[in-house]
Amino acid sequence: MTTAEIYQQLTEVFHEVFEDQSIVPTPNLTASDVEEWDSFNHINLMVAVESRFKIKFKTAELESLRNVGHLVEMIQKKVNGG
Amino acid sequence: MDRLLHLGWLPETQGWTTRLQEARALAPPQALEALIGLANQRIDFLQTVRLDRAVQQLAGQGRELLAAARPVRLAVLGSSTVSHLLPAMRVGALRRRLWVDVYEGPYGTYRQELQEPTSGLRAFAPDVVLICLDAHHLAEREAANAATIAAEMQECWRLGQSLGCVVIQQTALPVLQPLLGNNEHRYPQSPLAIIGSLNARLRELATAAGVHLLAVDAFAAQDGISEWYDEALWHRAKQEVHPRVSHVYGDQVGRLLAAIRGRSHKCLVLDLDNTLWGGVIGDDGMGGIALGQGSAVGEAHLAFQRYALELSRRGVILAVCSKNEEAIALEAFENHPEMLLRRSHLASFVANWDDKASNLRRIAAELNIGLDSLVLADDSPFERNLVRRELPQVAVPELPEDPAGYAPCIAAAGYFECLDVTAEDQERTRQYRANAEREQLRQTVTDTTAYLATLQMELHCRPFDQLGLPRIVQLINKTNQFNLTTQRYTEPEVQAVVGDTSALHLQLRLLDRFGDNGIIAVVIGKLAAAQELRLETWLMSCRVLGRQVEAATLNVLARRAREMGARTLIGIYRPTAKNALVKAHYASLGFELASETAGESTWRLDLDKFKAAEVSMAVVESDS
Repeated sequence: MTTAEIYQQLTEVFHEVFEDQSIVPTPNLTASDVEEWDSFNHINLMVAVESRFKIKFKTAELESLRNVGHLVEMIQKKVNGG
Repeated sequence: MDRLLHLGWLPETQGWTTRLQEARALAPPQALEALIGLANQRIDFLQTVRLDRAVQQLAGQGRELLAAARPVRLAVLGSSTVSHLLPAMRVGALRRRLWVDVYEGPYGTYRQELQEPTSGLRAFAPDVVLICLDAHHLAEREAANAATIAAEMQECWRLGQSLGCVVIQQTALPVLQPLLGNNEHRYPQSPLAIIGSLNARLRELATAAGVHLLAVDAFAAQDGISEWYDEALWHRAKQEVHPRVSHVYGDQVGRLLAAIRGRSHKCLVLDLDNTLWGGVIGDDGMGGIALGQGSAVGEAHLAFQRYALELSRRGVILAVCSKNEEAIALEAFENHPEMLLRRSHLASFVANWDDKASNLRRIAAELNIGLDSLVLADDSPFERNLVRRELPQVAVPELPEDPAGYAPCIAAAGYFECLDVTAEDQERTRQYRANAEREQLRQTVTDTTAYLATLQMELHCRPFDQLGLPRIVQLINKTNQFNLTTQRYTEPEVQAVVGDTSALHLQLRLLDRFGDNGIIAVVIGKLAAAQELRLETWLMSCRVLGRQVEAATLNVLARRAREMGARTLIGIYRPTAKNALVKAHYASLGFELASETAGESTWRLDLDKFKAAEVSMAVVESDS
């Protein structure tokens, strides 16, 4: 799966979770940039990402999560078996 | 089939997101209907959250509509994170046309919330308290044991009930790791063993205390504990129930609340060809249908019949609605050796070539129940969709293609969620059969009074008592047609009536030569100023219409009201969508119209002038 494909799918997940079609997940985007990105929606976002990409994050990975770019890197590693 | 619990009985969603956006744009009454429609599709946890958001954002008139529907005020008390379950609870209720206002107690303070007079819970004044405590909190403390924890729970229940609330206790999820293995129970200090024996204890104690259980241990076991609980998520978010099953949890809460409000479905309507048996009886003949031993498909259909029969034994009404020649369809019930269901199990039997929507209307009318009490089990996607479109009030489960999945599908849907089985419930099939026999007798006797005399009726009247309480509460909450005020009462509210010396309360039981009809009518009156007794509730089961029970009841009421010092009876008729049947109830009993505003009418009966009517039954009164 290419980075572009991951961003495309991730955008759909963001729109579903935050119900805001204007959100564009970019590499530097963090929770503090999105008003609806609270702890409740954060958990839902991670569960939705796991189920969309059929992957599972480790506890430490989730704790170290910095921004969307970092999330995409982790997804990419897992889906491409890296 | 493996995902049945995940709303697998609901039809799959098509263009759901678009439809959600369209619903948001509608005017309030249509928007609410559209949102209820979206709740009745197979949605996942995230769609559930989004749907809840849309409902919460219904403005103005939409909110008024919901408020008018008498929302359930639900307080949720947890020992860990439960916030993520609240949207699902609201949607679970919405699916059943029930609106819920939720209060969430601060994390881990359930005891204080119940106890402190100044707590948020007390200020919220809930009708229902749901206590959901996680296994870690319950079993991982020093010297934990099931007896002590259960005693603590009982104290919480007592506090909740003292606030006039119905209490729901979630059972504990067995998410802890075993220390012994298969024989875990032999090590009483094991936290997992403690959860096991705690759940067993809760089941016994809750019944005695009148507390209802939310049995997550049972349905998570069916689904797989690993689907429900994720150790990593517990450490991260203290969510014992995984968000991905939150909609399943919420649906269970929704069906419990519906049952508490007397809104569970009452009647399972069965199709015949490829539903009760394999094949088409009109083409294949009675010998050609697949039913019973000899074929796996036949066994599967038989297993479905067995499930339907068991439901009927505990009070669910069964009916048949089939496109068939009546005589051919009936022949299977009368002569097929493998049939478990017989004609006598069916309260209504409609086999013809009319469309199913018309036939379902006919069945509801014949049984005197609302369309929203019906569940249609039909293998044909065409018929299912037709009925969903024509009669959205009727529940139509998405039966799987394999008949082996029929019973699991109906069971998973929880249409017939039932809190307690009363003696009347178990007698219901027999009562319906007796009704049919009475009908036959009536056709042979033309004069009504003569007919009633042949019934040898006895009306037993007594004040409310503990024994009759479950049936009284059930009748109060589910009777829609013969109900003058449609005033609902919870069990604690009925208890309060029993303790009120200025209240007159009667439960009436009708017996006749065909058997005991059980408690069929309930009256609650309240002595007001000026020697007036105001009838706040008068309701009766439609099964006993046209048998002079109303007049006989009034005779008893009038005498008892006089004994309490009343000189006037005040009757109220409050119209609803379903009770036009009793519009002229008071007029026909000799009451005079006192006033009428906005459809609601008030009626007076002067007790000084009242003369008891002659009735064709013996009246037996008792006082305890």
